[in-house]
Amino acid sequence: MVFFINQTINGIVFGMLLFLLAAGLSLMLGIMRIVNLAHGSYYLLGGYIGFSIAKHTNNFFLACLGGLLAIGILGMFTYKVILEKRFAREALGQVLITFGMLLIISDLCRWIWGGIPLAIPKPQILQGAIYFGKIVFPLYRLAVIIMGGVILIFLWWFQERTKYGAIVRAGVDDDEMTQGIGINISFVKTLIFSIGALIAGFAGVVGGPFIGLSTGLDIDILLLAIVVVIIGGMGSLWGAFVGALLIGLIDSFGKSLLPELSIFTIFATMVIVLAIKPSGIFGTK
Amino acid sequence: MKNPKLPIAIVIILAFLSTLPLFLPPYYTGLFSLMIIFGIFAMSLDILQGYTGLPSLGHAAFFGTSAYMVGILNVKIFKGCNFGVELITGILSAAVVASILGLIVLRSKEVYLLMILMASSMMLWGIAFKWRSLTGGDDGLPGISRPDLRPIHWDLGSTTHFYYFVLLFFIVAAVLMYLVVHSSFGHTLLGIRESETRMRSLGYNIWLQKYIAFIVSAVFAGLAGILIAYYNGFVSPAELHLVTSAEVLIMVILGGAGTLFGPAIGAGIIILIKNFVSGYTEHWMIILGAIYIFTVMFAPQGVYRLFRQFLQK
Repeated sequence: MVFFINQTINGIVFGMLLFLLAAGLSLMLGIMRIVNLAHGSYYLLGGYIGFSIAKHTNNFFLACLGGLLAIGILGMFTYKVILEKRFAREALGQVLITFGMLLIISDLCRWIWGGIPLAIPKPQILQGAIYFGKIVFPLYRLAVIIMGGVILIFLWWFQERTKYGAIVRAGVDDDEMTQGIGINISFVKTLIFSIGALIAGFAGVVGGPFIGLSTGLDIDILLLAIVVVIIGGMGSLWGAFVGALLIGLIDSFGKSLLPELSIFTIFATMVIVLAIKPSGIFGTK
Repeated sequence: MKNPKLPIAIVIILAFLSTLPLFLPPYYTGLFSLMIIFGIFAMSLDILQGYTGLPSLGHAAFFGTSAYMVGILNVKIFKGCNFGVELITGILSAAVVASILGLIVLRSKEVYLLMILMASSMMLWGIAFKWRSLTGGDDGLPGISRPDLRPIHWDLGSTTHFYYFVLLFFIVAAVLMYLVVHSSFGHTLLGIRESETRMRSLGYNIWLQKYIAFIVSAVFAGLAGILIAYYNGFVSPAELHLVTSAEVLIMVILGGAGTLFGPAIGAGIIILIKNFVSGYTEHWMIILGAIYIFTVMFAPQGVYRLFRQFLQK
């Protein structure tokens, strides 16, 4: 029972982290039709930048802010300078360009921070744990779960309840008409892409204390985030959330029960979902 | 398409390839073997990418599966090389993986398809990485011996002889793939690439045609996988990794998608650059990343078309 509850908690926490990545990826894919394979690199680079800031200032929240801003700016640059003009509607070009960025960022990270796995220290006030009998619930993990919930609500509000969300949805339906009535669609798209990137950079710092930072993590986490998007359905925020929790839990239980074939359990889940609904659980097309 | 200078070009290239070990040092002959193996791999992806219009970021799945099949048979079962069995099983294993994956993925389209293929092939990578007892985990399977052709006086331990062995397979595979894309089936695939709706209204079973193309493409990728296992003498999860899938995709784009021979040239260029740059700096991944970006920005049509335009002048 204790094992079961602990694995469930671990799964939910990891799921929240995956949600942060998948939400951005799904936003870019579903709303803007942009495939961003550098998303895992945003995560890793954000984490490393956070690590350096935490090391020098001893302030975890400053580290979060630094990782988030740096990656937000990088995302803005990626979209504005490279993707927007020529590759906004060309998936293959996006895939290859962002994969090129993945290689470059991965090598730069190894160059600057070395190949040894690093971990960001937890913030002072979140170091304790809550005890329920035999079950230990680390405060930091509780904070990650709450934060995941807050970001879910923020993104939902942004997409469904703000002017920007509405503009983006209009822009997807008819780009020229939206521009024709005097809306600066380019600005809104850049904003969306930057927000997606920024959340990924933030996730890198948040994940730093419990899954660490290491070479190859960029592709591993990108892969899981993509599976989440495939399972949840492209462009669906709730799909990203449900998919992320599902994969987080399966990953957590799979790793402890079937360590040799843990990745196969994730694959099997994806296949089952695709067999029943090729567009994902919450997918529309 | 018809160009009188093209046969001449082919003869020159063949003459160059078949006399190459005579004037190049063994190191470069070995490098050309690698280029030719990846040439087969890239051409096989072009059947999907260029001719059928199915983008794939998971082509390493077939390449790696057959390489592992050869590795497991060679190292764990025969304790030596049983070439006939390994060749057939390797190709069959790639075809089986493709026929299973095809059932799952081909209902999806474009970006979705690309991502599902990527996820699927990375899952195979994960299995190879984790299932130590069968695959050796991240150490891979070392000690794969090359086919023993000494009875017919062909010593594949020699770089030159192995080069001709690979070249022979390359020519056979290239001719077969050329016949496939110029058959009525190949033209159907082109039709699907250009307009699925039109082909459907003409009465074609789009799904089935794509499914067959998927398997045919996997078979040739599998052949390349078998050769790479012999070339390296070991298999590792890297053969199944996303980086390999992306590399073969950039070879196709750089060479020219939909030109069949272009991707082989793209493969040669990428292997050559990788080899050259990694001799100078350990940060060759940065250069490779830059090549990805520059190829898409400045040569999205591929070098083969530039070459052909040059011939037509």
